[in-house]
Amino acid sequence: MTRFRPGRLLLQLSCLLIAIWLVAPTLVVIPMSFADRKSLAFPPQGFSTQWYANFFANPQWFGSLVVSLKIAAMVAVVATIIGTMAAIGIERLKTRAGGIIRVLLLTPMIVPGVVLAVGIYAVYLDTRLVGTWTGYVLAHTLLAIPFVVIAVGANLAVFDARLETAAASLGASRLTTFFTVTLPLILPGILSGALFAFVTSFDEVIVSLFITSPQLKTLPVQIFSSMTRDADPTVAAVGSLIFLATTLIIGLGLIFGLRRRGA
Amino acid sequence: MNAVSNEAASKGAAIDIDGISKFYGSFTALEKVSLRVEPGEFMSFLGPSGSGKTTTLNLIAGFTDLSGGDIRLDARSIGHVPAHKRNIGVVFQHYALFPHMSVAQNVAYPLKQRRVGKAERTRAVEEALRKVQLDSFAHRYPSELSGGQQQRVALARAMVFNPSLLLMDEPLGALDKKLREVLQLEIKRIHRELGSTFVYVTHDQEEALVLSDRIAVFNKGRIEQVGTGQALYTAPQTLFVGQFIGESSVLRGPHRSAGGETVLTVAGTTLAAPGAARGEGAQVILLRPEAVMVQAPGTGPQEGRSNILSGVVREMLYLGSAMKYEVTLADGSHVTARTPTQGAPFALGATVELAWRPQESVLLADDGSTAGH
Ligand SMILES: Nc1ncnc2c1ncn2[C@@H]1O[C@H](COP(=O)(O)OP(=O)(O)O)[C@@H](O)[C@H]1O
Ligand SMILES: [Mg+2]
Repeated sequence: MTRFRPGRLLLQLSCLLIAIWLVAPTLVVIPMSFADRKSLAFPPQGFSTQWYANFFANPQWFGSLVVSLKIAAMVAVVATIIGTMAAIGIERLKTRAGGIIRVLLLTPMIVPGVVLAVGIYAVYLDTRLVGTWTGYVLAHTLLAIPFVVIAVGANLAVFDARLETAAASLGASRLTTFFTVTLPLILPGILSGALFAFVTSFDEVIVSLFITSPQLKTLPVQIFSSMTRDADPTVAAVGSLIFLATTLIIGLGLIFGLRRRGA
Repeated sequence: MNAVSNEAASKGAAIDIDGISKFYGSFTALEKVSLRVEPGEFMSFLGPSGSGKTTTLNLIAGFTDLSGGDIRLDARSIGHVPAHKRNIGVVFQHYALFPHMSVAQNVAYPLKQRRVGKAERTRAVEEALRKVQLDSFAHRYPSELSGGQQQRVALARAMVFNPSLLLMDEPLGALDKKLREVLQLEIKRIHRELGSTFVYVTHDQEEALVLSDRIAVFNKGRIEQVGTGQALYTAPQTLFVGQFIGESSVLRGPHRSAGGETVLTVAGTTLAAPGAARGEGAQVILLRPEAVMVQAPGTGPQEGRSNILSGVVREMLYLGSAMKYEVTLADGSHVTARTPTQGAPFALGATVELAWRPQESVLLADDGSTAGH
C-alpha cells in the first residue's frame, strides 16, 4: 500500500547491516563453542558440549571465574561507597574546587589503560601487591570510581537538596536525614553505579594482565593467556556463557525498570 | 499523655530577635534587625522580593548561620542550636514533601524522629490529617496530590509534633488566587486551634492584612515598621510602608512649618498636614483614596475639607458602591480618589476639585520610594 521509496529501503538496509556488524563477533563465538575439535576455526566442525564441560571441570577455568566474581563484588561495594561519598562531596562544594576534584576523580577513565597499568605495576612491585586480592580490588576500584561518581552525580543533580532542610526542621540529624531522605532518593544512581563498577572490574584485562600471578588469575586474564598459548574452544564456551548471563541480566533489568516506570 | 500532645499545644513561644545580621561576603542581606513576637501571635513578614524576609525566617529556623546578634525562643538562646534541635515547624513555598513516602509517612516523619510510639504516632497523624481535611488521602503519594493538597500535607507535617512556633515562607505563593483564599482561612483557623506562635512570610499585602495580628514590613534588609494592619495603614512611619500597604497617592512640594502644622506647596496650592516635619529633608503628603472627596470646581471647603487641589479627571472606574477617580494635577502628578456614588459622576477630562481634611494628610519624610509592590 505504501509507495515504494528507494531512500527508505536504503536506510533500512544500512540499519540492518550495522546491526549485523555489531552483533557478528558475539554470534560467531556461539557456534565455535560447540566445535568437536580443539580448534578455533570458523565455521566449526561437528558438534559437542565438551568445552562447556571443560570450563566447569577445569579448576584453571572455573577457579578464575570465581576469582573474578569475588573481586568484582568487592570492587562494586568499595567503589560504590567511595564514589558515592565523593559525588556528594563534589555536589556540596559548589565551588571551583569541586569542579577540579571532579576532573581528578574522572582521570582513570581518560588516561590510557596501559599507562595506568605500568604505574600500578611499578607501585605494586615495591609494595608486594602483585597477584594479591588487595592488589586487584585496589586497582579495579580505582578504575571503577569514575563510573560511580558519574552515575551518582547525575542522580544528585536532580535531587532536591531542600528536602534535607525540611528533614532538619522536622527533627532529623544530618546522618538520619542522609539515610531516610537522601539515600533512598539517590538509590537508583547508586545501584547503577554499583553495576557499572561490577562490570568494570569483571571485564578488566589490561591492568589485571600486569598484576596477575599464576596463583590468582581473573577470568579475562585466563582467557587471554589461553588464547595466546593454544586454540582452546573453552574460550568460546566462556564467551557464550557470559553473553547469555549479561543478556539475561540486562533483559530482566529492562523489564523490571519498565514495569516500575509504568506503575 | 505524651510529650507531643495537648499540654504543649496551648502555648505559643515568644521570639526575641536581638540585633541579628546576615552577610554574604560583602553583601548585607540583613542588618541589625530586632523584633519581638508575642506568644501565640500571628506575625507576618511583609516586603518586596529580596528584602530579607526569608533570610530572617531561615535564621530563626536555623537553616543559615547568624553573622551577628542572637535569637531567643522563650528567653532561651537558640542562635547556635542546630536546626534539627530547635523544635520549630516550617512550611515551605515548594512544599518539600518527601516523594518516596506516602502522605501518612510524611506526617509521621517528625514523630519518628522524636521516638513517639506507634499507636500514639498513628493517632497523631490521623488527627493532623483531619485538621487539614485530608484524612482520606493518607495512603497516597505526594505526586498523586494537587498543589493545594500537597501544601496541606506539609502543614500537617509541620504541626503534628505540636511545635510552639510555626514558620511559613510564602506557603501559598505557588497556588492560584481562589485556592489561596481558601487556605488563608484554614491557616487562620489552625492558628486559633493550635495556639502556637506563627511567623508568616509573604510579599502580598492583602494576605498579610487578612491573616496577621501584626505585620513587620521589611525593606532592604531592615524592618521599617511593626504594627497591626490598621496602624500600618493609618499611621505609616515611612513613605515606603505607606505605599506598600494599601492604595495611596503621594504629593511632593516645598514645605514650611506653621504652628503645630506643616504646610506643603503642591502645584501652586498650599496644603496643611498635622505635625512637625519628619527629619531635615524633603517632605511628602500621603493620601488614602477614601479620604479624598471629588467635587465640582468652586465648591470650596465642606465639612472641614480645607485642603483643596484642582485637577483633571484622567481615569474613572465604577465600583458599584463607589467611584474611583484618577486625577491629574497641574504639576503632572496623580491623585487617586474613591468616593461614594452620588448624583451624576464627573466625566473624563472634566476639571474637578479634590478636597480632604488636613488631619487625613499623612506627613512623611521623602525616602524616594515609589509605588509598585
Ligand atoms: N545564599 C545566598 N548568597 C548570597 N546572597 C543571598 C543568599 N541568600 C539570599 N541572598 C540575598 O539576600 C537578600 C535577601 O534575600 P531573601 O531573604 O531571600 O529575600 P526575600 O525572602 O525577602 O525575598 C537578597 O538580595 C538575596 O539575593
Ligand atoms: Mg523569600
